[in-house]
Amino acid sequence: MNIVVLVKQVPDTATERKLNPADHTLDRAGSDGVINELCEYAIEEALLQREKHGGEVTVVSMGPDQATDSIRKALSMGADKAVHLNDEALHGSDALQTAYALAQTLSTVSYDLVILGSESTDARTGVLGAALAEYLGVPQLTQASKVDIEDGTATIRRTTDYGYDVVTASLPAVVSVVEKINEPRYPSFKLIMQAKKKPVEKLDLAAAGISAEKVGLANAATEVTDAAPAPPRAAGTVVKDEGDGGVKIAEFLAEKKFV
Amino acid sequence: MAEVLVLVDHVDGEVKKVTQELLTAARRIGEPSAVWVGGGSANGRATLAEYGAAKVYVADGSEYTDHVVAPQAELLATLVQDHAPAAVLVSATAQNKEVAARAAIKTDSGILTDVVDVTGELVAEHSIFGGAMVTHAKVRKGTPFLAVRPNAVPAEPSPADAAEEAVSVELSDAARSATVTERVVEERGERPELTEAAIVVSGGRGVGSDDFTVVEQLADSLGAAVGASRAATDAGWYPHQFQVGQTGKTVSPNLYIALGISGAIQHRAGMQTSKNIVAVNKDPEAPIHEISDFSVLGDLHTVAPQLTEEVKKRS
Ligand SMILES: Cc1cc2nc3c(=O)[nH]c(=O)nc-3n(C[C@H](O)[C@H](O)[C@H](O)COP(=O)(O)OP(=O)(O)OC[C@H]3O[C@@H](n4cnc5c(N)ncnc54)[C@H](O)[C@@H]3O)c2cc1C
Ligand SMILES: Nc1ncnc2c1ncn2[C@@H]1O[C@H](COP(=O)(O)O)[C@@H](O)[C@H]1O
Repeated sequence: MNIVVLVKQVPDTATERKLNPADHTLDRAGSDGVINELCEYAIEEALLQREKHGGEVTVVSMGPDQATDSIRKALSMGADKAVHLNDEALHGSDALQTAYALAQTLSTVSYDLVILGSESTDARTGVLGAALAEYLGVPQLTQASKVDIEDGTATIRRTTDYGYDVVTASLPAVVSVVEKINEPRYPSFKLIMQAKKKPVEKLDLAAAGISAEKVGLANAATEVTDAAPAPPRAAGTVVKDEGDGGVKIAEFLAEKKFV
Repeated sequence: MAEVLVLVDHVDGEVKKVTQELLTAARRIGEPSAVWVGGGSANGRATLAEYGAAKVYVADGSEYTDHVVAPQAELLATLVQDHAPAAVLVSATAQNKEVAARAAIKTDSGILTDVVDVTGELVAEHSIFGGAMVTHAKVRKGTPFLAVRPNAVPAEPSPADAAEEAVSVELSDAARSATVTERVVEERGERPELTEAAIVVSGGRGVGSDDFTVVEQLADSLGAAVGASRAATDAGWYPHQFQVGQTGKTVSPNLYIALGISGAIQHRAGMQTSKNIVAVNKDPEAPIHEISDFSVLGDLHTVAPQLTEEVKKRS
């Protein structure tokens, strides 16, 4: 079974994240990049499925040069090879354009399963898996907390507001994973050394079959018109509990008409 | 006046609060038409009328919910093609965002997710980077699809007809490709849903064990939902679906009470847009105090029960 796992490099949440003042896009170069946390769960799931069913795990990532760090990380965890879509023209692509570009890129790879994280920590739209399924015309098995593959059929537990749905579809399919699905492994020293020799294919728009007029900031269906730091919260009241802390909060809540 | 489609969230015929909020927001833009998927519309109609739905498109039939997301996307895309609405509003739940994204692709449109406010001119406000920045955005192609967060716009009644119109679409085979074979409802008692609740009481590592009674009792006295930090869910003290934060749920209630939570940036990412924040924490240096409106430095195991008693006395 051949598995593609999608990997994205994002600015580290723990550092200050910025927008480019000129076009309000994310300043990827000016912040420390890390692999998107949920991507690690996607990679882990891809590796677990490969252990069960054999085949190859191919990392696909769209991103500027820095994205190589995240691709390396995925290869060090144990993925076999990688495809890196890197083209200046992709800058400023919104979520749907990104899904289109990745769908085109996937047409250059053979796969039975595409696995990705259910959300990235930078834009947090959570729509990529669904949009990808739409573009690829394959079943959508998203928000999975459990994945079982048997005889060309995938069955997942789809996280819902009330618990979960059991959802089934035949392969190929797009699976997005939530955090509780597994525990990502740490790369071993041996795998880190091996990862350096694993093949990383670099694609630009033309090589991936992407039309330039469908991607990038100028062609996005959405536009950020302005951005500003959030107004600071007014300094709150801090009181030490002198045996009446609960009463003090109740008074605050009464003042705000919550009780 | 231009039509604005609002996808209804309902449970057993009961319209959720977020739908009332979306109908209110839709009235800023044009005339709301509710889109009801599944059965039970007769029970929900009064609420839709109360909050200003001029029409209700009813797509009754199990085929819309027996398959994941794609059928509802086809339904919305068809309604957009037939009625050329000014916009489509859905609640920013994981599922509705997926529905809206697929419908936007089908109609060559754009989607804005996790909108925290919207104007009559369809300028959408976002709170990004865990609440550190506020941005505004517009859809400039096709029909704007906006996924609006619960509690973004206060619901206000404004009666209208809610005239029902049955609709049905011929679903493609592709729309039926992922099938729901079982629905499992996990116990959460009578509490409101976490992302929708007007008040959320969350517990963190400070709770100290899997005995979350102190958090739950306070929540119940306020009619609130219960949340948890990742430290608490990772330790197995509280189920994962109640985690608030970067890798959990995003909540934006009118009141958020953090018990024994330090306020790490990843936690704040999921609650910083709460309108009022109250913290109980022993440590005066905990970052939660930087964003809280009212903090008590003390032991949650004495402060929270006392608060619960006070709330009961006053209500
Ligand atoms: C990639 C990534 C994603 C993450 N995603 C999330 C997420 O989605 N949600 C999330 O919450 N975290 C997330 N985290 C974890 C986050 O960084 C923190 O570790 C976590 O939020 C800490 O939880 P806590 O505040 O409960 O625990 P702690 O940080 O240990 O804080 C406990 C607090 O309780 C106080 N306390 C202890 N005992 C008492 C008492 N008896 N009475 C009163 N106060 C007391 C202490 O003073 C302390 O401030 C993520 C981390 C990473 C790296
Ligand atoms: N030079 C680039 N090559 C490939 N992908 C990119 C490039 N720049 C940005 N992206 C991707 O395009 C999307 C939007 O990027 P950005 O405009 O930087 O927010 C993200 O998925 C990025 O990883």
